[in-house]
Amino acid sequence: MADRKVCIVAGGMDKWGVREASVVDLAQEAAQDCFDDVPALKKEEIDGLLFASSYCGRTSFQVNPAPVIAERIGLKPTSICSRLDTLCAGGSSGIILATGLIRSGMADVVMVVGGEKLYTPQRWETYYSEMASIDHDWDGAQGMGLPPPFFSMTAQEHMKRYGTTKEQLSAVSVKNRRNGSTNPNAQFQKEVSLEEVMAARPIAPPLGLFDCTPITDGCAAVILTHEDKAKELSDKPLVYVRGTAQTSLHSMSMNWPGEHLADWVHLRTAAKRAFEQARVKPADIDVAQTHDCFTISEIIEMEDLGFCKKGEGGPFVESGQNDFGGKIPTNTDGGLLSCGHPFGATGIRQAREMLFQLQGRAIRQVEGAKMGLAHNLSGLNVEHTILIYGREP
Amino acid sequence: MGFENFGTVSFTTEARVADFITYLEQGKVMATRCPKCGVSYFPPKADCPSCLSGEVEWFEVKGKGKLATYTIVNYGPSGFEDDAPYILALGEFEGGLQIMARLSKDIAPEDIKAGMSLVVVPLKRPEGRISYEFKKG
Repeated sequence: MADRKVCIVAGGMDKWGVREASVVDLAQEAAQDCFDDVPALKKEEIDGLLFASSYCGRTSFQVNPAPVIAERIGLKPTSICSRLDTLCAGGSSGIILATGLIRSGMADVVMVVGGEKLYTPQRWETYYSEMASIDHDWDGAQGMGLPPPFFSMTAQEHMKRYGTTKEQLSAVSVKNRRNGSTNPNAQFQKEVSLEEVMAARPIAPPLGLFDCTPITDGCAAVILTHEDKAKELSDKPLVYVRGTAQTSLHSMSMNWPGEHLADWVHLRTAAKRAFEQARVKPADIDVAQTHDCFTISEIIEMEDLGFCKKGEGGPFVESGQNDFGGKIPTNTDGGLLSCGHPFGATGIRQAREMLFQLQGRAIRQVEGAKMGLAHNLSGLNVEHTILIYGREP
Repeated sequence: MGFENFGTVSFTTEARVADFITYLEQGKVMATRCPKCGVSYFPPKADCPSCLSGEVEWFEVKGKGKLATYTIVNYGPSGFEDDAPYILALGEFEGGLQIMARLSKDIAPEDIKAGMSLVVVPLKRPEGRISYEFKKG
């Protein structure tokens, strides 16, 4: 079999938020934006379609959506046409699978689309569906359904052990909302002050309204292909998929794999594999998109991805070390806190931002960025997924 | 049968660990242990995930655990609206067992502290449903 180098060549997304549109409409908008990003590519050349969505079977009553979307956007896949679901990391899983298919020669050009339509006329539908996304036999039976309580416990553990403060949590929200304020596709484009974040109504203390990602409708799309084809398509710098990892060490709030809830050993396990595969270390990364589903998540991600020492995530974010001008600008397009989080779309939105950053055309550009890392966590923190992108293979 | 009566809301009617519910009705919170591997599991597992043996032993979760962390749930998922606010806690028990459960309503919020002593006991709920919860140890 072949062993080809794989590039991401185009990215697109629609306006995220509360949308009066079906999931197929949203997929079409994102796909169109993505096609427009690589005008030299003919649709007939795309031989694979992966659609990442977790809730489409419930909130859109559409099982096996991939053929529906393929027809809607004018694709006739011949290598793969499939839906996949790893909840919050679905888009990244799709990119990992597309990379493997292209690298091995089983596919040549694959479009990865992802997203959800979560707002329904019956609001309870979304909340009821939350129980389907955890181990409902055990966690669900106790009323552990929506994510904020679990991440509240995680935040309290981190505060207790390392002295992390509410101000430090809030600093993540202030930064990401500032980054998202210039992103026209973000759900929220309004900056928030430290005082506003601190005073916001509690959701699951210490997490308040601005510490939590919202519920979002939206889709995103990217196209991947092998190096030779990528060179034909445009004169832009090539952006390679250099390293990937997806780790699952447990499946519910009990049987936690780390020493405590703020010890994310499954993230470190994923990071080790992805960094080794990419032949780089944390200090080589110029820009990162990490899964800021809650402000505490980004703080722990800075630690367990190796950007700062364990326990120092709070001061790290508070002093601007993961902002522009710091060591590792993070969530440059606003992250989940600004863009929102239509589960299957998030990894693809991150990949699109990475493509734009590494090609020097992001809205908030990290000067000279050549290496980027994207990260997702899934569900009640039961999976970690990492992609490392670089200007060199 | 039996599993459909577990917890506040359930989505599974039949499960290989349904004996867990029978034991709850007898007043016992039980876990399983694999005699071959010696590893204990909570929630109980009808087959050992390590060696896949189906010959697991049931044992009662006795003794006192320690509250590791907790949270107040102000917005419950569907089916839990009437329960909120409630407190979810993670307890650590002998042999490395971790248990997630609700804290009994008879524990005053000001008395809750990380490290406090807990016991896990069956909890009868309305309409014939059954679960377990933490009480002060």
